[in-house]
Amino acid sequence: MILTKAQYDEIAQCLVSVPPTRQSLRKLKQRFPSQSQATLLSIFSQEYQKHIKRTHAKHHTSEAIESYYQRYLDRVGKNGAAPVLLELANEVDYAPSLMARIILERFLQEHKETPPSKSVINSLLRDPSQIPDGVLANQVYQCIVNDCCYGPLVDCIKHAIGHEHEILLRDLLLEKNLSFLDEDQLRAKGYDKTPDFILQVPVAVEGHIIHWIESKASFGDECSHHAYLHDQFWSYWNRFGPGLVIYWYGFIQELDCNRERGILLKACFPTDIVTLCHGAAAP
Amino acid sequence: MPGVGPGGHPVAALGRTRPSRRINPTPVSEERSLSKPKTCFTSPPISCVPGGQPSVLDSSPWGQGPAAGCRSLQEEREMLRKERSKQLQQSPAPACPTPESGSPLPTRTGSLTAEPADPAKVSSRQRLELVALVYSSCIAENLVPNLFLELFFVLQLLTARRMVAAKDSDLEPSPGVLDSLESPLFQSVHDCVFFAVQVLEHQFQVLSYLDKGTLKLLAENERLLCFSPALQGRLRAAYEGSVAKVSLAMPPSVQAVSFQPETDNRANFSSDRAFHTFKKQRDVFYEVLREWEDRHEEPGWDFEKGLGSRIRAMMGQLSAACSHSHFVRLFQKQLLQMCQSPGGAGGTILGEAPDVLNMLGADKLGRLRRLHERLAAPQSSCRPCPLTSFPGCQGFFRDFILSASSFQFNQHLMDSLSLKIRELNSLVLPHPEPSDEDGESDVDWQGERRQFAVVLLSLRLLAKFLGFVAFLPYRGPEPPPTRELQDSILALRSQVPPVLDVRALLQQGLRAHRAVLTVPWLVEFLSLADQIVPMLDYYRSIFTLLLHLHRSLVLSKDGEGEMCFLNKLLLLAVLGWLFQIPTVPEDLFFVEEGQVDVFEVDTKTAEHGLDGVPVVDQHLLYTCCPYIGELRKLLASWVSGSSGRSGGFVRKITPTTTTSLGALPLRTTQGLQAQLAQAFFHNQPPSLRRTVEFVAERIGSNCVKHIKATLVADLVRQAESLLQEQLVTQRQEGGDPGQLLEILCSQLCPHGAQALTQGREFCQKKSPGAVQALLPEETPAAVLSSAENIAVGLATEKACTWLSANITALIRREVKAAVSRMLRAQGPEPAVRGDRRGCSRACEHHAPLPSHLISEIKDVLSVAVGPRDPEEGVSPEHLEQLLGQLGQTLRCRQFLCPPAEQHLAKCSVELASLLVADQIPVLGPPTQHRLERGQARRLLHMLLSLWKDDFQVPVPLQLLLSPRNVGLLADTRPREWDLLLFLLRELVEKGLMGRKEIEACLDSLHEAQWPEDFAEELATLFNLFLAEPQVPEPQLRACELVQPNRGTVLAQS
Repeated sequence: MILTKAQYDEIAQCLVSVPPTRQSLRKLKQRFPSQSQATLLSIFSQEYQKHIKRTHAKHHTSEAIESYYQRYLDRVGKNGAAPVLLELANEVDYAPSLMARIILERFLQEHKETPPSKSVINSLLRDPSQIPDGVLANQVYQCIVNDCCYGPLVDCIKHAIGHEHEILLRDLLLEKNLSFLDEDQLRAKGYDKTPDFILQVPVAVEGHIIHWIESKASFGDECSHHAYLHDQFWSYWNRFGPGLVIYWYGFIQELDCNRERGILLKACFPTDIVTLCHGAAAP
Repeated sequence: MPGVGPGGHPVAALGRTRPSRRINPTPVSEERSLSKPKTCFTSPPISCVPGGQPSVLDSSPWGQGPAAGCRSLQEEREMLRKERSKQLQQSPAPACPTPESGSPLPTRTGSLTAEPADPAKVSSRQRLELVALVYSSCIAENLVPNLFLELFFVLQLLTARRMVAAKDSDLEPSPGVLDSLESPLFQSVHDCVFFAVQVLEHQFQVLSYLDKGTLKLLAENERLLCFSPALQGRLRAAYEGSVAKVSLAMPPSVQAVSFQPETDNRANFSSDRAFHTFKKQRDVFYEVLREWEDRHEEPGWDFEKGLGSRIRAMMGQLSAACSHSHFVRLFQKQLLQMCQSPGGAGGTILGEAPDVLNMLGADKLGRLRRLHERLAAPQSSCRPCPLTSFPGCQGFFRDFILSASSFQFNQHLMDSLSLKIRELNSLVLPHPEPSDEDGESDVDWQGERRQFAVVLLSLRLLAKFLGFVAFLPYRGPEPPPTRELQDSILALRSQVPPVLDVRALLQQGLRAHRAVLTVPWLVEFLSLADQIVPMLDYYRSIFTLLLHLHRSLVLSKDGEGEMCFLNKLLLLAVLGWLFQIPTVPEDLFFVEEGQVDVFEVDTKTAEHGLDGVPVVDQHLLYTCCPYIGELRKLLASWVSGSSGRSGGFVRKITPTTTTSLGALPLRTTQGLQAQLAQAFFHNQPPSLRRTVEFVAERIGSNCVKHIKATLVADLVRQAESLLQEQLVTQRQEGGDPGQLLEILCSQLCPHGAQALTQGREFCQKKSPGAVQALLPEETPAAVLSSAENIAVGLATEKACTWLSANITALIRREVKAAVSRMLRAQGPEPAVRGDRRGCSRACEHHAPLPSHLISEIKDVLSVAVGPRDPEEGVSPEHLEQLLGQLGQTLRCRQFLCPPAEQHLAKCSVELASLLVADQIPVLGPPTQHRLERGQARRLLHMLLSLWKDDFQVPVPLQLLLSPRNVGLLADTRPREWDLLLFLLRELVEKGLMGRKEIEACLDSLHEAQWPEDFAEELATLFNLFLAEPQVPEPQLRACELVQPNRGTVLAQS
């Protein structure tokens, strides 16, 4: 699903100040029936993450935390079974899982002498049953299962999607008889930067030489693509030469502008692959 | 626009060039600034630009100062003229006229139509013939510093458009004064052309070695045809017979230096920090390079402003991490990769430009014109003598060094460049094969010539940068102002050892008859020297050697043991260029003879000297000396009538391939065997030796890799299983890794001794086949078997030397890595890879993706937990289908990774809790909002079976009895406990949980605070469960034994 910048902007426009719930996602699908669900979810998730990055700081001032915590205490005091934490997150336009983290951290500060470590908080979020306060445990759990952009479950889904597409790509490479080194093999050899696959014999895709392939199970928007370019794709180019990036959920067409320089974008496994023919050069 | 040069240029050349004796320096001016480009002591080209001296190349401190204006040059010339006339008056012969100032001047301005030249109108034929002869002899004997500058001048005369009268005097020659010394030598265009053609006739041999394009232009020149049809015929024949295509290199695309684990992985760094710093630096370096590529042509963009601070920040980090040597290696490799080909130098083969324009057609003309101007701009001097420059990509590297301004970096760079120069300079290069005489067509031979070109160009590039960095601290715009200051600087500098002992290398090169390789790079190095350098004894002696060499390279000498013609021509061109560099003192070329007998220069090539091998071709000559292309440009501009825009002809592009330098030959050890091997190779074709050395080198290296992949890998596997044993039997989670490692290594390292035996076997087995495959079929059996044996020996030696020194360390390193890998995998997230993946063979991997299932189950959980819209709910069928899919996915496993499976396990438990507590809102008729008991039981059964049979990760079943999940029951009215009891019984029955484990969980439930009635009911459940008949404790599952589930362990303790 390759979108033009204009098409992408139209979708992104509809996502301003929309809470990351399954209901929002449903509406989005109705609004853009021609786009695949996965693409929409990926765009939604990325747009929402951008929004959170922009507003993250203001939710983490000590005043804000104190105010959220007091509001939380007030409301659970009245009705512990109501979706207090979730509603609080929606009211202040913040991700439910992140709001749960703020309140949990604040709660633990109050009930423990030492400030809780990050890993303790993470493990409590992964398994809210371990939270000493029953009501808070339920509230946190509710936030996590209702958040479709943040939280341990979402992280796991994203990780699984990434892994699945790597497997998919591996199978396609095997099917095409293209020999490769995968990330684990590269790491074992001590490579400092490792794309998903390095082809042992380069191929040409649409006339461009390809030495490596990176699988991205997400939509390639400007923000993420630039970050990937800086942290990964150029680094791969710097070590292994030109390569191919597959954004399985599509990308903004205009971003595919580095083909000549050695970074080719595709939204699926390429069909036009030219391999080196051994001995064909001999007259 | 009048021509600047006075009409007597050829006379100027003559005044100091008499073949009968050496030339004495002509004092011109004591204070002439060294920063001015030189034009005297050789025929200065006629300028075609107003104030037409070389434009300023570079105003930065290492570059040249502003060019002298026309006026000062005029004055200088005036002085020269006077000086010459004085000398001429004293010397008896030959009779050379001193031109009057104000004699007619040949002009080359394009806008004027050319005056036709007529042989019949030549004013003083005999005199011109004589002068031409003397002049040509000077050129032939290398009594002029720069051969090509003279040729350029002659071609300027050939293509002069008309004479411009500088004085209104009557220029008509009167018969009486025709041959008088007082009359100007060139009185008309006819004279100029006549003289030029005369000289060209004498210089035919050199001309015939120029590139095909120049020959064509010469042969097509109508004046030349008109004045000497014979010469034209010879040129035409030379053109037709010439194969000297100077191909256009394709503009190189930037390629990065590839990452090589052998030199670049963690093992090559002293610390993690150094490794990671360098990882980042590599990326910063290319980021900077890309930005430079994009922007350096933008007007107003400045390297230092744009990139300087980023480069320095990076250098700062490198210094902190002591990673300079790694970075320098990257820098140098990238430099060689980008700048080695002439295209990489920015396509500065200027003579090519018009052809490119023709070739690409008009549509791209505008763009190309701009490109051409940019490329041509630094060399618009119109003379084949440009100043040192860093064209194209070289500019990036120069500016990088300047912006980095890092002492450490420069030092490392000099070390590295020096080493590489030594290495390449001593590389064994092709020797003539006595048996093979079909030269050009021979495949081997072409490869060898290409290799020579690659080595030579690499050396020149490296030497240029070495010179640049080495002399950078001393470079200034002007020479020291006073003698005293100069002396004190000399005293200081003379005690500084040279960065690279170039004198020794030059002497070796001359002795070994490898001047053709050594001198061109040495010239590059010296061209970047500062003004003090030529005054230092060390360097002065080098210049003396070079001068002697220059004089000995007489092109016309041909015969046994002489240096090849093009080899000589290349040396003459580069030396001539060096003598014109402003920092090289002018008097250097004309030193007294007594001073030069420091070293005997013998151009007679010994048996195996490189100088006697035709390693230089026109392409290499033009690549090294692109300014020779000025000759062609000049001729082309004559054809086109304008200054070099069109003309020429379309030529086929032959992209040049940059070949790798190939493997360095092995240094053979001493001993009789080695001597015998040497002797064996002595009478064999050199390709045999290279093949054997190549095979040995590769097999030796492969042998080490093979040992790593087999023996060492086996040992690592042993280490892993030993470690596994220790971890399992002693439940020694994590232990002391250092201690564990020591134990393992002490057990395993002795096995390393096998490496040598196995290595020997490997080389013995592999080498002969490779040698056989690479040598000609016709190789005599005895030669073949000797070659094989030597290859086996060399390969074994290489492999075993390495192995015996490194095998223990290698095993240690690999085992250490394996141990830390395993200990990491022991962490809370059990990540057992590999052995778990894979489903049945028949599986076609059509099961739903794990990510899809997690997301579906998450949706069910979120609907159940709420908040939800009134119309939201889950159908029992959907739930059943979901669990069915979960089963498929768990059985397929193709796409499953441990974290996903863990989450699926956890979600399935959460789902079970919701089922037990009847919390799942059901879609259906409005009366029915709850799942039927039967349906719920069926779903729980499905879950139980998944837990028992399909999950391969521990399922956190104890969560079923966590206060939170049990608390879900507290909210339901009426409370129904039967499903929970059912589930607990099934868990025990299926062996999924032990009774004790459940009892412990139920016990801990009492600790939570419950409503009183709920606590009572809970107690009842507890009692009910306890009242059940005891079944034997079920066997724990294997995977839980290996990696005990923490929850289970906790519950049991």
